[in-house]
Amino acid sequence: MSSSIESLVNKEYQYGFVTDVESDAIPPGLSEETVRLISARKREPEWLLDWRLKAFRRWQAMTEPRWPNVKYKTIDYQAQTYYSAPRSVKPLQSLEEVDPELLKTYEKLGISLNEQKRLSGVAVDAIFDSVSVGTTMKAELKKHGVIFCSFGEAVLEHPELVQRYLGSVVPYSDNYFAALNSAVFSDGSFVYIPKGVRCPLELSTYFRINAADTGQFERTLIVADEGAYVSYLEGCTAPKRSTNQLHAAVVEIVSLDNAQVKYSTVQNWYAGDKDGVGGIYNFVTKRGKAFTNSKISWTQVETGSAITWKYPSVILQGDNSVGEFYSVAVVNNYQQADTGTKMIHIGKNTKSTIISKGISAGHGQNSYRGQVKVLGKASGARNYTQCDSMLIGNQCGAHTFPYIEIANNTATLEHEASTSKIGEDQIFYCKQRGLNTEHAISLIVAGFCKEVFKELPMEFALEAQQLLGVSLEGSVG
Amino acid sequence: MLKIENLTANVGDKQILKGISLSVNPGEVHAIMGPNGSGKSTLAQVIAGHPGYEVTGGTVTYEGQDLLDMDAEVRAQQGIFLAFQYPVEIPGVSNAYFLRAAYNEIRKARGEEEVDPMEFLDVMTERLKIVEMGDDMLQRSVNFGFSGGEKKRNEIFQMAVLEPKLAILDETDSGLDIDALRIVAEGVNKLKRPDRSTIVVTHYQRLLNYIVPDFVHVLAQGRIVRSGGKDLALELEERGYDWLLETAGASA
Repeated sequence: MSSSIESLVNKEYQYGFVTDVESDAIPPGLSEETVRLISARKREPEWLLDWRLKAFRRWQAMTEPRWPNVKYKTIDYQAQTYYSAPRSVKPLQSLEEVDPELLKTYEKLGISLNEQKRLSGVAVDAIFDSVSVGTTMKAELKKHGVIFCSFGEAVLEHPELVQRYLGSVVPYSDNYFAALNSAVFSDGSFVYIPKGVRCPLELSTYFRINAADTGQFERTLIVADEGAYVSYLEGCTAPKRSTNQLHAAVVEIVSLDNAQVKYSTVQNWYAGDKDGVGGIYNFVTKRGKAFTNSKISWTQVETGSAITWKYPSVILQGDNSVGEFYSVAVVNNYQQADTGTKMIHIGKNTKSTIISKGISAGHGQNSYRGQVKVLGKASGARNYTQCDSMLIGNQCGAHTFPYIEIANNTATLEHEASTSKIGEDQIFYCKQRGLNTEHAISLIVAGFCKEVFKELPMEFALEAQQLLGVSLEGSVG
Repeated sequence: MLKIENLTANVGDKQILKGISLSVNPGEVHAIMGPNGSGKSTLAQVIAGHPGYEVTGGTVTYEGQDLLDMDAEVRAQQGIFLAFQYPVEIPGVSNAYFLRAAYNEIRKARGEEEVDPMEFLDVMTERLKIVEMGDDMLQRSVNFGFSGGEKKRNEIFQMAVLEPKLAILDETDSGLDIDALRIVAEGVNKLKRPDRSTIVVTHYQRLLNYIVPDFVHVLAQGRIVRSGGKDLALELEERGYDWLLETAGASA
C-alpha cells in the first residue's frame, strides 16, 4: 500500500515484562510421574488423579491434529515444563497473604487485586502460571451463594460439584489438546451460581504466563444452576520471549434449565515479534452445554498468540435453548488463527447465532472454521451465520471453512459472508476530515467489529477497542 | 489564501496536471470547469493531499505556508475541506461519532478544548437544517446505504459542521436531481462568509446558477486554458468546450 499508511510504526507489546519470582517447578518432561506429581502438589483426591491418568493414557494414544490451517514446528512435549508456581503462593491463602511482587505484577497489567480499588461490580481471580494467586470479592459473592474460586480450591472445598460436572461437556477423550489438558491441568477458575440467582458481579479471570518454557494448562468450569445468570470475562497476557510457549486450556460451561451464561474473552497473549519469532501457541477447547430454555453466549476478541486454535461451541441439548458466538479475530505480522465455533442442535426449536469478524494484516493468516449441525430430532432449529473478513495490506490471507450438516428438514439456516479490504480511499476520506492514519484505521476497524463489541460488558468494550488499535499498529505497508 | 503556481502532478507515469497557476483570495468563489479527463478532480485531490497523486513540480501556498509539505490530515485541520465526488462508506461508524472525531481533531489542532457528545449534538442538529436532513441521519453509518443524493448532502452537512476556510466541492452536482441540487447549493450559499473561500469543480453550468462564482477557469488537458467571470460559464453552456480545446491545442 502507499506511503501514507506505511509510515506507522510498530508499538511494543506493553505486557511483555517478566516478574522475578522464585518458582517451584516440576522438571520438564511428561510422563505418568509428571501427572502424579502435579496431582500431589495440588493435594488432589484419588478420583481426580485417576481421571488425569486415564486422560494421559488416552492422550498417548492420540496424534496431534494436522487439519487446522496453521503451520508450526512440531512441539516437543518432553521439553515443556508442566507445573510452575511462585513459591510464595500457599494453597487457600487469603488476599492479604499475597506476595507484594505478584500484586505489583497485576497492578502493572492494570488489574488491581485490592478490593477497595477494584472496579466496582467485578470480581477477579488471578492466575499466575500454574496457580491462582487470589480471588477478590469472595465474601460479597458468598452472600448470594455464588462460588467463585480457583479450580484447585474448588476441588478441595466443593469436590461433589467438581466431580459431577468435570468432563461432562468436554470429555478427556475429546481431542488431543483437551486430553493433554485433562492430564496436566494446573489451575483455572471455578464458578457455581445457585438456582435462581443472578450473579451480582461480573466475574473475571486474568491469566498470566510468566515462567519460561512453561505451558499453561488451565481448566475452567462454570455451572449455572436452574434459572441462574452469570457474565464472565477472561483476559490473558504473557511476557515477550523468543521461544514459543504452549497454552492448552479447557473451558466447560454447564447452563441448566432456564439459565444464562455469557462468557467473554479478551485474548492478548504475546503474539511473537514482527518477524514471527516467539509467541504463544493457543490451543484451546471451549464448549458449553445448554439445557432447556437456557442460553450460552460466547464473545471473543482474539488479538494475541502466534497461533490460535479454538472453537468455542454450544451443544444445544435442551428444547428452546440458544447458543451465540460473537468473534473478532485479528492477525498481524506472522500470526495465524484458525478459529470459529460449533453449534450442535439437539433439542427442538433451538436457535444459534454466529457473527464472526476476521481481520488480517501483515503476513497474518486468518481462518474461520465453523460447524452447524442439526440432529434428526431438532425440529424447528434455526441458525444465522455471518462471517466477514477484512484485509489490510496485500500479504495477508482470510479463509472460510463453514461446515453445515442438517438431518432435519424443518431447520432454517442462513449464511452470509463478505470479504473487504481497508482501502486507501477510506483512509484518505478520514484523513481529509482531520483524522490521522492510526485513528482512521482504528475507526474503520471498530466499525467493522461493532456488532461484536456491543456484546462485550461495558467495562471491557472500550479496552477491547483500544487493544485492537494497538495490535493493528504498523499493520499496513 | 491559496496560491498555486505552475503545479504539475502525475498518476503513476502519466502527467495529469501540466502547470496550473491559480490564486484564491478570502471570500471568493472560483469555479473550475472543463471536459472529462481535463484534470479537474485531480486538482481537487492534489490540494487535499491524496496520496495517489505525485506532485512533480510547482508550489502551493496556503495562508502563507507550504501546503505540499503538510499531511492530508493537517491540511484538513488547517481548514481545507474536500466534498468528495464519490463519498466513501464506513460501515459501523455513525455519522455523529465520525463527525465528532473530526471536529475534535480540528479543535485540538487549534489548541481548543474537545467538545462533549451532548454539546456537539446541538451543533449537529442545528446544521442538519442547512441541508434539510432529519436527525436519524446522525445515527446512520457514514454514507453506508445512502442514496447518491444523500451522500452529497451528507458532504455538505459535514462541511457545515466543520466550517472550513477553504471548501472544495468536487462534482458535488453530479447525480443530483434538481431539488437535491437546490438544497446542496443553498447549503453552500448559507455557509458563505467574507473569510471563507470556495472552489467549485463542475462539468456543467447548472450548479453555477445557484452558486454564483466570482471567477470561472476552464481546465483542459491539465492546463487552465481560459479564465473569466461568471459569464464564461454561460458561454461554455452555449458553445461547449470544443472551441476552447482547439485554442488550447493550437497554443500547445
